Amino acid sequence: MLSRVAHNLFWMSRHIERAENTARLVDVNLQLLLDVHNLNDRTVAAYWLPVVQSTGDEELFLQLHTKATGRTVTEFLVFQPLNPNSIVSCIAQARENARTVRDQLTLEVWEALNRLYLMLQSPRARELWRESPQEFFDEIKSGSLHLQGLTDATVVRNEGWYFVQTARFLERADKTSRLLDLRHASVPARGAPAGAEPSQTDALAWSAVLRSCSAWDAYKALHGAEVQPALVAEFLLLSEGFPRSVRFCVQQLNLALRGISGVAENRFGNEAERLCGRLLAELQFSTAADVFDCGLHAYVDQLQAKLNAIGEALFQTYILQAFRLQSDDELRQQEEQQQQ
Amino acid sequence: MPTATDSAQNETTCSGTGAAAPATPSGPFRSYDTQGYFDEMLDPSGGPRPHYARFAQRLTGMSRTEFEAKRRAVDLAFMRQGITFNVYGDSRGTERIFPFDLVPRIIPAAEWAYLETGLIQRITALNLFLHDIYHDQHIIRDGTIPAEYVFSAKHFRREFVNFPVPRDIYIHICGTDIIRDAAGKYLVLEDNGRCPSGVSYVLENRRAIKRTFPESFEENGVRPVEHYPAELLKLLKYIAPAGIADPTVVLLTPGAFNSAYFEHTYLARQMGIEIVEGRDLLVRDQHVYMRTTKGLQPVHVIYRRIDDDFIDPLVFRHDSALGVPGLINAYRAGHVSLANSVGTGVADDKVMYCFVPRMIKYYLDQEPILPNVPTYLASEEADRRYIVEHLPELVVKAANEAGGYGMLMGPQAAAAEREEFRRRIEAEPRNYIAQPVVRLSRHPTGHEDGFAGRHVDLRPFILYGEKTVVVPGGLTRVALRPGSLVVNSSQGGGSKDTWVLYGSE
Repeated sequence: MLSRVAHNLFWMSRHIERAENTARLVDVNLQLLLDVHNLNDRTVAAYWLPVVQSTGDEELFLQLHTKATGRTVTEFLVFQPLNPNSIVSCIAQARENARTVRDQLTLEVWEALNRLYLMLQSPRARELWRESPQEFFDEIKSGSLHLQGLTDATVVRNEGWYFVQTARFLERADKTSRLLDLRHASVPARGAPAGAEPSQTDALAWSAVLRSCSAWDAYKALHGAEVQPALVAEFLLLSEGFPRSVRFCVQQLNLALRGISGVAENRFGNEAERLCGRLLAELQFSTAADVFDCGLHAYVDQLQAKLNAIGEALFQTYILQAFRLQSDDELRQQEEQQQQ
Repeated sequence: MPTATDSAQNETTCSGTGAAAPATPSGPFRSYDTQGYFDEMLDPSGGPRPHYARFAQRLTGMSRTEFEAKRRAVDLAFMRQGITFNVYGDSRGTERIFPFDLVPRIIPAAEWAYLETGLIQRITALNLFLHDIYHDQHIIRDGTIPAEYVFSAKHFRREFVNFPVPRDIYIHICGTDIIRDAAGKYLVLEDNGRCPSGVSYVLENRRAIKRTFPESFEENGVRPVEHYPAELLKLLKYIAPAGIADPTVVLLTPGAFNSAYFEHTYLARQMGIEIVEGRDLLVRDQHVYMRTTKGLQPVHVIYRRIDDDFIDPLVFRHDSALGVPGLINAYRAGHVSLANSVGTGVADDKVMYCFVPRMIKYYLDQEPILPNVPTYLASEEADRRYIVEHLPELVVKAANEAGGYGMLMGPQAAAAEREEFRRRIEAEPRNYIAQPVVRLSRHPTGHEDGFAGRHVDLRPFILYGEKTVVVPGGLTRVALRPGSLVVNSSQGGGSKDTWVLYGSE
């Protein structure tokens, strides 16, 4: 497979996963706020700013908006074209990635992505969002899930498919860890949270974290309706079977990496495989106590650094060797000049 | 049902052949006016020509709303599938669908047989001509074509004189533009022997129309076009360097910003080959490789959709970011084949076009089957005087432009524009030709309140390999603006499906 093609498939998949996670994040937090009493500017900001922080784009947000409110945060995370990680930007980039490797995609996958893109570009997107935010986010989430289903159901398990999987699980692991980090301020910097029941506001906030990961039902089935931050963290980081837990994602990432190279699971053929295998072993043999000994925020920070390192190593191994840097404008101009 | 349809058709056919021509035609063409043009569908009495009878019947049985609904469904499908072209000069990268008209252009078997023979004759002569001017240059030495015209052609590649191209084929893929005049006579307007585009629309239009009018399609007996990608791949493998049993074929695209990018990905997918950009390829020891996740892999045949000028910065334009440094060296060493060959642009030169009938006589000793449009060369003293004096009646074209650019439509042009062209012609006579305005044939085309006549042309695609294949039909382009004669997509043109029938009606 051409390195450039692998690169585009990877980013197509990653952008779609990112958009879906952002949709879930904004949707859940908009709904949650309906349950919070005595809101004033300060509490609203205290509530929304961590949401922006979790996407890592706080600086840009503060350049564009003075206050963090439901409206500004939604605008920024959903529609803002200047934010490369807004839902609209992500889907546009995914679609552009797909367009440059159009020949590698099945017709079904391409059409579904193109349709989602056209919907978001049309005036209907804002109309729907105004009329019913929930329906709007549902459409994006189901668009993404539809695409994943189509990919699973129509794409041959070849190298390209494994690159798509790699990107999906790398992004999902990263996003789950970021969502978990969202309310780290309500637990001690180090050591396990006190056994006492969390305040009602905290409980709501932590349940929102679960919902943002579509983990509410799975968590309840395991631990009952009482939301304990320690249990939430354990569930989202270390659960073996929940498909959005970090451990599960890293497990799948590890398989996908080996799908690309054909190297056996207990060995490694490149740096990405080595780092991923090591991280997986850590997650497999860690407990909630290990996490809180380190401190939730610090643990999540290290985890994200490890995930980034895997992505970087993957890029070095398969993609970078193939690219010369070129000025995009120059390229574009000459592409347009070709008489057809 | 069949009986009812049959009798209805007989009636239409009768009126079409004029046996009992009604004074005023009925149905959707009641207020249709051919305005004295040759109409592809309707004869001068207003009835459908025999090969259109069945389809006209189908349209008669369809309400305006039904037709509109079908049209909207097709547009939406094209948009969803991303069957679009890029609009240049728009920073947001706007994509548009190439407007598609639902009324197909229909060509009866005998007419197609004539066109096909004419096209094969023409491409054969063009390939012999290119081989000749890049080798012994008999046609120049015999004085049949003036040497200065060949050597001054913008796309004549001196570097390739005496270079043996694989299988002696220069133009592998040709798109020849054909028009019909007021009498319905077919004329060749130009040959596109570099990177002709549009074939993906032929294939996609066919898919769309099959979904829209499945019954008509069957009852008319339409020849298929779907084998084009398979024939193209066969041709590309045929020209592979000697000794390569299973050659790797790739399509080289300028990239996603090129207007024909959709077509590039489409063809690559249909042929099951890789689509590559210049930066995906590299040359080592005069062999071409592509950069893959598993390292470098050899490439043997390149279907390139990049102009000569950009293909290798070491040989042609040094600032090309699209090309592959060293590619021409590998090509000269015979380790990689290119389609089309380098240097075919000389045959696209509109001055050279003027000499194609002579080439046919010279190389094949035959009379040209498909005539040219009469052409005046500004570099010939007498012609130039005629051109300058008759600008309001002529179409002036730059010799090396495409896409409807660099053109003067004499009758419509403002005086200042004509003056501007006069100056350009005097300054650079070699670069201009002129032709009388041809009253292009028209075709009923859907618009807001029914059907109206719009001017059309036809671009069949010819594959010149082990044998010559012309896919039945081609791209019918239609000038959607009322009265416009310019069919290019960049200038408000649309397209139609083209049906070549097995029979004559």
